[in-house]
Amino acid sequence: MPAGTAAVAGVPPLARPAPARWRGWLGRLAPHLVLWPPLLVSVLHVVSFTAYTTWISFTPSTLLPEYDWVGVQNYVSVLNSRNWKIAYSNLVIYGCGFVLLTTALGLLLAVLIDQRIRAENLFRTIFLYPMAVSFVVTGTVWAWLLNPGIGIQHLVRGFGWAGFRFDWLVDREMAIYTIVIAGAWQASGFAMALFLAGIRSVDADLYRAAQIDGAGPWRIYRRVVLPCIGPIFIAVLVILLQFAIKTFDLVRALTGGGPGLATQLPTLVVYDLMFQRGLLGRGAAAAVMLLLSLLVVLLPYFAYARWRKRREARHG
Amino acid sequence: MSALVIRGVRKRFGAQEVLKGIDIAAESGEFIVLVGPSGCGKSTLLNIVAGLEQPDAGDVEIAGRVVTRVPPKDRDIAMVFQSYALYPTMTVRQNITFGMECRGVPKRQQAEALARTARLLQIEALLERKPAQLSGGQRQRVAMGRALVRDPLLFLFDEPLSNLDAKLRVEMRMEIKQLHRRIGATMVYVTHDQIEAMTMATRIAVMHQGAVQQFADPDTVYNRPANLFVARFMGAPPMNTVAARLVGGERPVAVIGAGRPDEIRLTLPAEGGPPPGWRNREVVLGIRPEAIAEAGRRFGAEEGSFSTLEAPVEMTEPTGAETIVMMRLGGEPVLGRVAPDVRPVVGGAARFAVDTRRICLFDPATEQLIA
Repeated sequence: MPAGTAAVAGVPPLARPAPARWRGWLGRLAPHLVLWPPLLVSVLHVVSFTAYTTWISFTPSTLLPEYDWVGVQNYVSVLNSRNWKIAYSNLVIYGCGFVLLTTALGLLLAVLIDQRIRAENLFRTIFLYPMAVSFVVTGTVWAWLLNPGIGIQHLVRGFGWAGFRFDWLVDREMAIYTIVIAGAWQASGFAMALFLAGIRSVDADLYRAAQIDGAGPWRIYRRVVLPCIGPIFIAVLVILLQFAIKTFDLVRALTGGGPGLATQLPTLVVYDLMFQRGLLGRGAAAAVMLLLSLLVVLLPYFAYARWRKRREARHG
Repeated sequence: MSALVIRGVRKRFGAQEVLKGIDIAAESGEFIVLVGPSGCGKSTLLNIVAGLEQPDAGDVEIAGRVVTRVPPKDRDIAMVFQSYALYPTMTVRQNITFGMECRGVPKRQQAEALARTARLLQIEALLERKPAQLSGGQRQRVAMGRALVRDPLLFLFDEPLSNLDAKLRVEMRMEIKQLHRRIGATMVYVTHDQIEAMTMATRIAVMHQGAVQQFADPDTVYNRPANLFVARFMGAPPMNTVAARLVGGERPVAVIGAGRPDEIRLTLPAEGGPPPGWRNREVVLGIRPEAIAEAGRRFGAEEGSFSTLEAPVEMTEPTGAETIVMMRLGGEPVLGRVAPDVRPVVGGAARFAVDTRRICLFDPATEQLIA
């Protein structure tokens, strides 16, 4: 429609009717209206409460906030408590186990789905579904499944294998691994989705070139495809690690931190100090330390992401 | 022995038939170019030869062995991709040796082959770089290196030069041709660029709508195109094709714009004329622009094998090496190529010489070459 376009372009902007001008103005304003209020609210929310918690952590607050200064006393007593030490060593076991198992499962699923299978969308949805379930539900379901009296052990014994034992949930040594299993069950679909997106973004000609170069499927993945999605590995590891550090409701519902302190995690300690024992100051100190461990994971990642971006900009 | 035989290959993607029975045979050491407009099926055919696609029917034979069901890695071929497809996380060295690594070639032998290829392509200084640190031309060389480092039965090229700028493209074109002469390997080269096809091929397969229109050496494809599609696809500017009527007594005469006051009569050469049945029938007359030049040009021919005519000049395009003239012959627009210093007056009439030996005649119904 060259004629129509020319006619519109020919109209001087001032002669436009007022409503059109209004609409243009509104159109430019809309993104700001949509973006800024939520951003301001969440920044105020997050930043102000983080600052408030940090402040409380330096006060002798117990059940209610008090505003005297006690320095790092809360930190010292939290760090020296057995509860905190156990929680942190549990976090290390759980964090490593969860991240490694989830990454491995997610990658395996992604590679399997990448084989141009039938009903790919269906499988993708099925594997992603656990992510849509709340951690409390996951924890509760797995608590039933892993319960020796009613779950998997009971089922297998019912098949006739009377000596079968699978009682990790009530085993002090193994209970932490039940959290790993439930967590990996929930998150591996998410890791799969990220890996699959990465694998699919690899130039199809690279597969072809590798095939012609004589590489089998295993070698193509190991030497060509997976190195190409290195950045996705790092993103998955970081996202999963901060999942692990923040894990709370899953453990609450699955083991409640037990048996004993066997599955105690730092988040549960924070909850316990703040809301069960009424030690706000110490709870806040524990929360701040948790935040710091998150930053230890995230800051290097952001630095890495920035470095990568700059390097890409340089190489074009 | 035939290095490559493609026999009755058909391929369909959904409802669309992209290859409608392709038959091509290449001798050992040939440089076959598959050329055609985009969507003609040439890349699909190359992928079938490589084993990256399966044909629905027909067979592919490489060096006497039927490989239709053999996976690409066992076909002993090398391929250069349009996108180069260099492994981005590997260095140039690793890119080139990856194929040998996959085939378990001993390290020492790998190093020798790498050194030889790097010298051949002059990329020795680039070996430790990653593909992202290379220019387009350098990437192209590395992609060639990856193919050349092995000694395969067949080299396949999928539009390898189309991502290069014009100057580099001409250089690489010559280099590939020299390379082919030096190593004497069998090569199959896909391009949409008819100049690449003309300059590099020992034989050209012109493809259109999933079928081979003509499979012949470049001179035949250029001078005796099998049909109107080939005539109009090869050459820049392409062959002029105008409606004409065949008349005449002992020597056939083609009349352009018969009955008009400005009708043009071209007496055709005695030998190689149309079969007798075509007298007094409508044909399509094809003539290359370079067969129409300024009056006085003799085309290196005897007297009588060219005619001189007068035609109105509509436009001139001086290109430096020649002047392209758009004129009307019997009312039909026709391009001619005259000497660079000849500048006919636009709007006036000028005299031109026509090399009548180079006239092709086509059947207007089937569009096939008659004579």
